[in-house]
Amino acid sequence: MQETLIILISTVLVNNFVLVQFLGLCPFMGVSNKLETAIGMSSATTFVLTLASVSTYLVNVFVLMPLGLEYLQTIAFILVIAVVVQFTKMFIEKSSPLLYRLLGVFLPLITTNCAVLGVALLNVTREHNFLQAALYGFGAALGFSLALVLFSAMRERLAVADVPVVFKGPAIAMITAGLMSLAFMGFAGLV
Amino acid sequence: MVELIAQNPLAAALLALVCLSLVFGAVLGFAAVRFRVEGDPIVDRIDALLPQTQCGQCGYPGCRPYAEAISGGDLINKCPPGGQATVKALAELLDVPEPELDGEADNVKSVAFIREAECIGCTKCIQACPVDAILGAAKQMHTVIASECTGCDLCVEPCPVDCIEMRPVPETLSSWGWEIPAPIGDRLGGLRSRDIIATDRDQPGSRAA
Repeated sequence: MQETLIILISTVLVNNFVLVQFLGLCPFMGVSNKLETAIGMSSATTFVLTLASVSTYLVNVFVLMPLGLEYLQTIAFILVIAVVVQFTKMFIEKSSPLLYRLLGVFLPLITTNCAVLGVALLNVTREHNFLQAALYGFGAALGFSLALVLFSAMRERLAVADVPVVFKGPAIAMITAGLMSLAFMGFAGLV
Repeated sequence: MVELIAQNPLAAALLALVCLSLVFGAVLGFAAVRFRVEGDPIVDRIDALLPQTQCGQCGYPGCRPYAEAISGGDLINKCPPGGQATVKALAELLDVPEPELDGEADNVKSVAFIREAECIGCTKCIQACPVDAILGAAKQMHTVIASECTGCDLCVEPCPVDCIEMRPVPETLSSWGWEIPAPIGDRLGGLRSRDIIATDRDQPGSRAA
């Protein structure tokens, strides 16, 4: 129980994948213009990340390690992630056409979201067991969602704020992201 | 087989990746059948928002073809019978900025009226009517079924004696309703209400970037 809590807090707050480890910045900047889209993207990424974390763990333990093929981890994990993303895409297209249209090009882009590959590789490096791997993936996704939703809420506010003309648009978004990152680094030492 | 893998790491690597790909291919193939999407569901939702007058003023033969065109990337402001309200609803559905309506809006609901004394019975307006709201036969006087008329204007143009006019529907006790208040954006000078987040709505000075 305590270990569960420690993994969750460390991935969501202390080692937040976006704001502290700087992984998955493309959707963080790209899909944060509207809160609704950000929430949709967050839930899609949460689903993909947790599933990818579990399935890469299974592939690693039951296929790569018995054959002594650990050096194939990166390419095999990318294969797994691509399949999980494609599956999610089909599922969303069937269940929620509107969300599918809103996410648009960013849905396939989860494939190249380096946070997903990062979680899979970190699972191996840290020698997590099955439950820890699933929890680590879920925690990373929660952290990603937290950062994305907070950031998009701020950007909705920034859209109507009186920003100096040279800072309008992406510039002020970058500055905001930097300040958020500084704030999240304040969690260091919590665990 | 086992010896081949044990002695030849290259073969093992190839075999492992090929097997993985096969398994994943099977999973995706299953998903493609299981989650097949018939048609394009977004077209149905766009079609539901269009007024279904089938008037063709957008340049397409009806509302459904226009819905398909919008789904393919066409502009959403080509529907005069729907007016700005339809454009707004489409913009909300598709999550795009709301453009101005192209052409004049039919804000006042009107129906076609045939001045029957002047009608020569040419049947041209009957052929033009997309909803079969005009009754009549050749060399006989025609008339409009007011409850069926969608007010699309299409019968006015073909009439050779110009005896068709559009008359606004008079407001009666049964059709009158409270006027819908203008969106808050109109009062803030062109700023649309969904550009402001809830907590800023009561500050009239805030403007969109």
